[in-house]
Amino acid sequence: MGSLQDKCLELLRGWLARQLDAAARAWLDEQLAKAGKADRDLYLAIGLAPRKLGKADLELGPEDLTAADAARRGWNPAGWSVDQASRVALLLAAARDEGAFPAKLEQLCNTADVRELIAFYQGLPLYPNQEVYVARAGEGARTNMKAVFEAVAHRNPYPAERFDEHTWNQLVLKAVFVGSSLNAIHEFDRRRNEDLAHTLVDYAHERWAAGRTITPELWRAVGPFIDESMLDDMKRVAESYIPAERQAGVLALRESGMPGAKTLITLSPEIVSEVEAGRVSWETIASEIEKPQ
Amino acid sequence: MKVIDPHIHMSARTTDDYEAMAAAGVVAVIEPAFWLGQPRTNVGSFIDYYSSLIGWERFRAAQFGIAHYCTIGLNSKEANNEALAEEVMDILPRFLTKEGVVAVGEIGYDEQSPLEDKYFRAQLDLARELEMLVMIHTPHRDKKKGTTRSMDVALEHGLEPSRVVIDHNNEETVREVLDRGFWAAFTIYPKTKMGNERMVEVVRQYGSERIIVDSSADWGVSDPLAVPKVANLMAQRGIAEHDIHMSCYQNALDAYGQSGQFNEADWLNPAAIDQRTLFEGNSVLRGQAPRVDEDEPAKDVAVG
Repeated sequence: MGSLQDKCLELLRGWLARQLDAAARAWLDEQLAKAGKADRDLYLAIGLAPRKLGKADLELGPEDLTAADAARRGWNPAGWSVDQASRVALLLAAARDEGAFPAKLEQLCNTADVRELIAFYQGLPLYPNQEVYVARAGEGARTNMKAVFEAVAHRNPYPAERFDEHTWNQLVLKAVFVGSSLNAIHEFDRRRNEDLAHTLVDYAHERWAAGRTITPELWRAVGPFIDESMLDDMKRVAESYIPAERQAGVLALRESGMPGAKTLITLSPEIVSEVEAGRVSWETIASEIEKPQ
Repeated sequence: MKVIDPHIHMSARTTDDYEAMAAAGVVAVIEPAFWLGQPRTNVGSFIDYYSSLIGWERFRAAQFGIAHYCTIGLNSKEANNEALAEEVMDILPRFLTKEGVVAVGEIGYDEQSPLEDKYFRAQLDLARELEMLVMIHTPHRDKKKGTTRSMDVALEHGLEPSRVVIDHNNEETVREVLDRGFWAAFTIYPKTKMGNERMVEVVRQYGSERIIVDSSADWGVSDPLAVPKVANLMAQRGIAEHDIHMSCYQNALDAYGQSGQFNEADWLNPAAIDQRTLFEGNSVLRGQAPRVDEDEPAKDVAVG
């Protein structure tokens, strides 16, 4: 048929086939063949996937990730597991019946365990009729289960493509709130906006008032929208005793056209040269945060 | 000392309990689906309850470094609402295959009414069809007859005694349960059923083979630290370390481990994917320190 769903299903099946033994492969193929038919079979197959196929990490090489991105721009299955990939494959097989699929997905989500939710949300960019799942994705972004939240927020092109500004901003705020990386949010920079910048600065004030720290990544959303009212805040960040905050301050200030911002940057010439040499960036700050303690 | 509490209703407990349990050595818990005190009036309430057992509560426990499992079933009290029970039976199979579901349970008798009998039997058949273990709640009133009858019916429906845990035993029921080859679980309640001292005497008399200690702590007067407390009391009273280990850890692991969903590696050495899903990295795994020291997620939970 050559649809996007078929292409992605074929990729998933190929990756799984490399890793599964013959019995597991046969089980999966049988379930995939049935997936478009009786609901009961689909629900059972999705439920049983980890018991039948295991939960190993999906082994993907750089060429696989390239193929994923070529099939569906922004699709990034790095970090997926075998059961997760097979569950998404089963959904894609079921999604051949485009009309019935959204209701099926909704029912599956309503009775899902944690690992199923992660799979269903990570599969979002692959389902037909992308506009239908905005409310469902928003539900995932409201959860307090961090791994489920990150299935929506991280390495997933769906929110950047489909969320309106309010929902998008709530997603970013929630990420900051639960200690999730902003760097892993797809097209984060493209969706930055003035309202988000002001909300995050308000949040920073709250945290400072309570004597608490702030993730340095927060300032990534603020940089292009720095105005007169934020200069004192940016000065505080750029002069912080925490190295990552000073770096974040400089990175944010570099994105501002404000004359005051340019003056503040001159106070940190050593960080500026690190940035220019490519040794300090939002990515290095993010990976510094994510290092195990 | 590591202990397992294989029967505790954590949804009814606080984060203080989770912290205290983790500190006292509880590494894993099983939360059986049961009655909520307030009868449910529609199947949606059951769906949301089962979902929270396999989802939110599992995640909540993991934040404190405790591995959480559950059993799914229609409890005996609510089996008496026939129209609702029918609807619940329809949705049960969808939940029984979920991650971390170790048995069908807790099922059995309350008043030993005909409807309770009907749905007890229907769920035993479901357990056999899906090759699942069964956790049986024995009635508080008319216990001795109810316990005997539960075992008779389980055998009649083709269940192996080694795949059935009979819970809420006392001195009057334990002999028959053990003689017939079932697992005998004991619920330690501060005021009713079994007390700590009595539990020590049961182990002294019967040894530790197939004997399991649990708290059944819920929204009533109960003690989420009952298992570690009994373990300590046994040590003080001179019970052999082996018997303490078997009755407060190993037997629960052996009984429910038959499900394939309850493995020591889950808490001793979680798979990478489980760490990502439930434990969010290494801090809990390595240090066994509860995650509550990070105030932000906890605060979000409180207001969310």
